[in-house]
Amino acid sequence: MLSLVAYLQLPGHPRFHYDYVAFINRAYGMTRSPGRREIEVKVGAKRGFWYELNKSKVLFLMILPVLLYFLIFNYIPMVGIYYAFTRFDFNGGLFGSPFVGWDNFKFLFQSGTLTQLIKNTVLYNIAFILLGNVLQIVTAVFLSQIPGKVYKRVAQTVMFLPHFISWVLVGAFSYQMFNSDNGVVNTLLKELAHPTYDFYLQPEPWKYIITGFYIWKTLGYGAVIYLAAIMSISDEYYEAARIDGANVFQQIRHITLPLLVPTFVLLILFSLGGILKGQFDLFYQIIGGNGMLYNATDILDTYVFRSLTVNFDIGMGTAAGLFQSFFGFLLVLVVNFIIKKTREDYALF
Amino acid sequence: MKIKIEGATIVFNALGYTLITLLALFCLLPFWLIIAGSFTSEVTILQEGFNLFPKVFSLEAYRVVFSTPGQIERAYAVTIGITAVGSFLGLFFVSMAGYVLARKDFVYRNAMSFLIYFTTLFSGGLIPWYIMITKYLHMKDSYLALILPLMIGAWNIILMKNFMKSIPDSIIESAQIDGAGDFLIYWKLVLPLSTPGLATIGLFIALAYWNDWFNAAVFINTDTKFPLQFLLYKILASAEVLRSRIVGNLSLSNMEAPTETLKMAVAVIVTGPIVFLYPFLQKYFVKGLTVGAVKG
Repeated sequence: MLSLVAYLQLPGHPRFHYDYVAFINRAYGMTRSPGRREIEVKVGAKRGFWYELNKSKVLFLMILPVLLYFLIFNYIPMVGIYYAFTRFDFNGGLFGSPFVGWDNFKFLFQSGTLTQLIKNTVLYNIAFILLGNVLQIVTAVFLSQIPGKVYKRVAQTVMFLPHFISWVLVGAFSYQMFNSDNGVVNTLLKELAHPTYDFYLQPEPWKYIITGFYIWKTLGYGAVIYLAAIMSISDEYYEAARIDGANVFQQIRHITLPLLVPTFVLLILFSLGGILKGQFDLFYQIIGGNGMLYNATDILDTYVFRSLTVNFDIGMGTAAGLFQSFFGFLLVLVVNFIIKKTREDYALF
Repeated sequence: MKIKIEGATIVFNALGYTLITLLALFCLLPFWLIIAGSFTSEVTILQEGFNLFPKVFSLEAYRVVFSTPGQIERAYAVTIGITAVGSFLGLFFVSMAGYVLARKDFVYRNAMSFLIYFTTLFSGGLIPWYIMITKYLHMKDSYLALILPLMIGAWNIILMKNFMKSIPDSIIESAQIDGAGDFLIYWKLVLPLSTPGLATIGLFIALAYWNDWFNAAVFINTDTKFPLQFLLYKILASAEVLRSRIVGNLSLSNMEAPTETLKMAVAVIVTGPIVFLYPFLQKYFVKGLTVGAVKG
């Protein structure tokens, strides 16, 4: 199961992808039997740091580059959270900018910006999670039951393909289908003697288009997780059911689906932990800088990106980012707490 | 009784084949549309728009792209370069860290694992990260800004650690008794034994580099340093870029120059290799999957 899940890991920008699969992966990576860990830690604690350093010099040296890397790219930038409390001044740098306390946060809330961003981010994620998981389960159930080895392999390969291509190409697809002058949809409308529709002026349809592309990109690899869960169900259940005269539908209803519930609940819980993290690539490649559509399509990540690259509003952007990071972290802690209470071996830490 | 069961199965299979085929077509449709668009004549697109099938077949777009391949070739070189260097270095550091964290006699492995893991839970956000790289590391507009941010991922290290945990302790212990140092054990014993893990994680890293456009978008200004995906993004975003980069070199007037079909042709040329390589990569992924699955 471990490496199967590894196979599904979504490669991408670490700062933006907070995929539930990655989350599951971590779940597997971080679980270990607590008893053994305690014993080992105690043995080490007796000797002290310098003794250990001397004993395993080479090991320390081998992991040093990675530790330095995370120090430079992750831990030191955390100091920059301070920007969220300043009115950023390009000449002043980090501590030269005037300190304004919670003003940036107050402004973000009072102007309604943050509320709107949170609403969009959370609602999109809920749509992604629910629709995505349901379709993945349906796909996995059918793929596991229908005969035809070659057909199944081809179908799986095809459905997995979108996972491998870049988000830029997704932007190209969207442009080619929906652009107002010569997009495929408008061409078809013209051929049906129907008035054309200017997608780039209407926020409404993009909710469905974005969700559609998300499903498109993640269906195949999400289905493989459920497929793996189905494969791990013992054949004996099905044989017994067949002997009792259950047909395929009854087998699925009474064996497959109930046994998928734990996987489903767990995946949903993990996704809820990441509900404040947006799919930046998806939104940015499809919507880009089209301000007409922001009401329906702006999420926290795109707002932060624009603060940095378009508006140069460093204080405000950092504040929104910090809000996301902090509450995202709290959510993970809560979700982890819930999982720990119910199924301890799946807890993250 | 028997007939009834078969009846349900037939209904189920019919439903299954229909649905799976539809979903598979749904997954292929965008690819098809791009390819069809790239083979349509520009005039047709301007008059009637993109269609499901090319109404007037034309190779014009490809002819234009291949007659002045400079910019695309350049972007290919950049992408291949950063992918090769980044994946190699990334795999080296990630596998070393994974090995150290998998060594059961390394006392601080849990503390260090958590330090690494914590970076996935909480971060300073995009802007402090950006300021760190540009203002303090001075990497703006350098290839380093394309390579370093994607090189080492916390999750890849944890995954690598789990791959390497499956190597029996007795192998490492017997090498220690024979007097081999820690690095030698890693280099001569652990690495060769972890090829499935290395292949899987190497491919993850390589794919992330190949598909990356974000780091170029925030760090790179010079167009000779654009990687493939970012060049495609630029070309899609503005016909101006397209004209100046590709059509501009031809002695065509702007009226004659294809733009819409050219965008699609560039998309095909940029994505083609990954789509053709993909079935082989998928096989590799699966191999890593089945070997590592022993661990559970």
